[in-house]
Amino acid sequence: MTQSGGIAVAAAPPARAGRAASRPARRPGGRRAKRLELALLLTPALVLFVGFVLLPIAAAVYYSFYKWTGFSPRTWFGLGNYSRVLEDEVFLHSLLHNIVIAVLSVVIQLPLSIGIALLLNGRIKGRAALRLIVFAPYVLSEAITAVVWLLMLQPDGLVDQIFKAAGLGGVIQDWLADGDLVLYTLFVVITWKYLGFGIILLLAGLQSIPPELREAASTDGATAWQTTRSIVLPLLGPTIRIWIFLSIIGSLQLFDLVWIMTLGGPANASSTMATYLLDHGFSRYEFGYGSAVAVVLFAVCFVFALIYQRFALRRDTEGALTRIVE
Amino acid sequence: MNVRLSTPRRLAAIAVALSMALPSLTACGDDSSDTPADANAPVTLTWWHNGQQDPALGVWQSVADQYHKDHPNVTFKVEPAQNEALKTKISVALQSPNPPSIFQQWGGGALATQVESGKIMDMTEQVKPWIGELGQAATGWQVEGKQYGIPYDLHVVGFWYRKDLFEQAGIAAPPKTMTELNDAVAKLKAKNITPISIGSKDKWPDAFWWSYFAIRECSTDTVKATVKNLKMDDPCWVKAGEDLKAFLATNPFQNAFLGTPAQQGAGSSAGLVANGKAAMELQGDWELPTMIPLTEDKQFASKLSWFPFPTIEGGKGTPGTALGGGDGFSCAVKAGPACADFLKYIASTDVQTKLVQTNTATLPSNPKAISAIQDPSLKTVQEYLNSAPYIQVYFDQALPTSVGQALNDAVADFFAGKGSPQGIVDAFTKAVANK
Repeated sequence: MTQSGGIAVAAAPPARAGRAASRPARRPGGRRAKRLELALLLTPALVLFVGFVLLPIAAAVYYSFYKWTGFSPRTWFGLGNYSRVLEDEVFLHSLLHNIVIAVLSVVIQLPLSIGIALLLNGRIKGRAALRLIVFAPYVLSEAITAVVWLLMLQPDGLVDQIFKAAGLGGVIQDWLADGDLVLYTLFVVITWKYLGFGIILLLAGLQSIPPELREAASTDGATAWQTTRSIVLPLLGPTIRIWIFLSIIGSLQLFDLVWIMTLGGPANASSTMATYLLDHGFSRYEFGYGSAVAVVLFAVCFVFALIYQRFALRRDTEGALTRIVE
Repeated sequence: MNVRLSTPRRLAAIAVALSMALPSLTACGDDSSDTPADANAPVTLTWWHNGQQDPALGVWQSVADQYHKDHPNVTFKVEPAQNEALKTKISVALQSPNPPSIFQQWGGGALATQVESGKIMDMTEQVKPWIGELGQAATGWQVEGKQYGIPYDLHVVGFWYRKDLFEQAGIAAPPKTMTELNDAVAKLKAKNITPISIGSKDKWPDAFWWSYFAIRECSTDTVKATVKNLKMDDPCWVKAGEDLKAFLATNPFQNAFLGTPAQQGAGSSAGLVANGKAAMELQGDWELPTMIPLTEDKQFASKLSWFPFPTIEGGKGTPGTALGGGDGFSCAVKAGPACADFLKYIASTDVQTKLVQTNTATLPSNPKAISAIQDPSLKTVQEYLNSAPYIQVYFDQALPTSVGQALNDAVADFFAGKGSPQGIVDAFTKAVANK
């Protein structure tokens, strides 16, 4: 990276000097300079984007039409892999698990985040410390979170001990071993980890709401609830919409936490599209099939992103996008 | 993007882009030297193994150092990795132009799948003079009669059990038949002792159970034919699932076993036995060294002993047939003759003895190093291995990878109460059809 940058900079001066000498008027030359500048600034990112994002996607699409162990010669399989993906019960269940997590996130995490953010936005004692504590889990990597919770959720582990100490021994379940429960156990861990992120995002949104509006509302005799409902929440809209977007995309791509805590088990009760992908693409050496799964996963995320952009985010991003020259 | 560039400028931009892209392209291209024609030419061997922790980590390094001392033209770049991560790394590396020179190899159907890449060295000619020393063991690393890898140790799956807990429950001798095993389970339960621990989270320990029922129910010929033709048409395979179903119904495992890992932490299935919280575990010979970091009890090994999987009344399997496998190494074609020579060194009595003495390997692949085994229960394991009329490599390793993993998944589902004995066979058939 740094090396590439060096080359780019080294290439720049001669071009610039040559043009500076020959240009008579400011305007067209300025435009050309701007173009060159754009080209120079955009190329590194573009090269990386093409090399590490677009090409791999193209390669995955290409491989998905073949039967391929990764080592053998590729044999053309047409749409065979896709029909296999869409007929596979385990994959469909995995997709359903992703959707369950996404829906739960919006229904449970969002109100929680808003509530806590409103609380932490008020003048309360130890606000800075509380904010720090709330945000701390987000700083941990997903792998560390998973290992810590895996240990705590072992039979007779810390979680069980706490329930027992509180006299709630009857509540104890096989948190990670019960196929009907495991997905919700994972959701609790996900909430623990990502709640802080939502809160910080919403706090930032809250700070940008001019205090004059609240003052005006209270002068007009609005109650705290009315102010929140009619002034604060609508103005928080863009932040909430972007949080929903990030949360759903995150839920669709959920992997690390699940893989470490359950490997998608027991009996695929907690598998997600991404764990299914790794399980089939790598563990089984079915790279053609795995690629098809990856393409489906990509398509699901992409279609969601497009629809969401079109219908929910458009108002927020309009005007925020900088128009490129001309 | 609306930036329109005139042709020369576009060319210039492309040139700049290329000048930046090319160094990185060449960097991940060909960085190792080509195959040396001369055996004494300097060569660097990249070595990927799964001995990420001591003792294996230090021992493999010292083996490399010693070989380098004896053959100064050969230098090593040793890159250890965690077992599961290593498997993924290897499968990716074999698709790249530069796989590692030497890498961990478990043989069987997975090796056959990898050989299709054309990047694994056929060392049949080079090892001919000495491979006989390893006996039958080396055949697991052959594909169609050609040697593509050399084992450095062998594995057998059987029951590790706590002598102290068996005594407490009044079990006089380790069970020899399924009836006796069921009896032992009942006795242990009566004393409130968890009879058997299992690491079902990892799936493969489940497969050990089904596999053993299968090789007890199916004749050796049937098993061999199935691995070769990929057809489970003999009713014995379904019978194996029914036996397993009956056994699962006795509820012999620890609480919440579906979420228990096999080897990580004191709460793992290995940890439970090491800490005296469960009386038995069906696992490989590697359990003994695996347990060392999982318990505070330094004397745990003396409290353990081993017995083979019981016989099943009426089963067609040859008595004494064992489920096992081993660890070995393969060479990349590019690695050159030095690699095969290095593997010969690893299989030598000296190194093999050292592997056993340091707990890097429990059962050496070279029979001459057997005398180095000290632990009494490991001696029992070794004797069983020696007397086994046939050793079936774990099915997930013996079968083509996609089929083996599908079988593991089906058995794991079965442990979780989903599916049926016939369902396991169907999953196998389906995976073969999808191959």
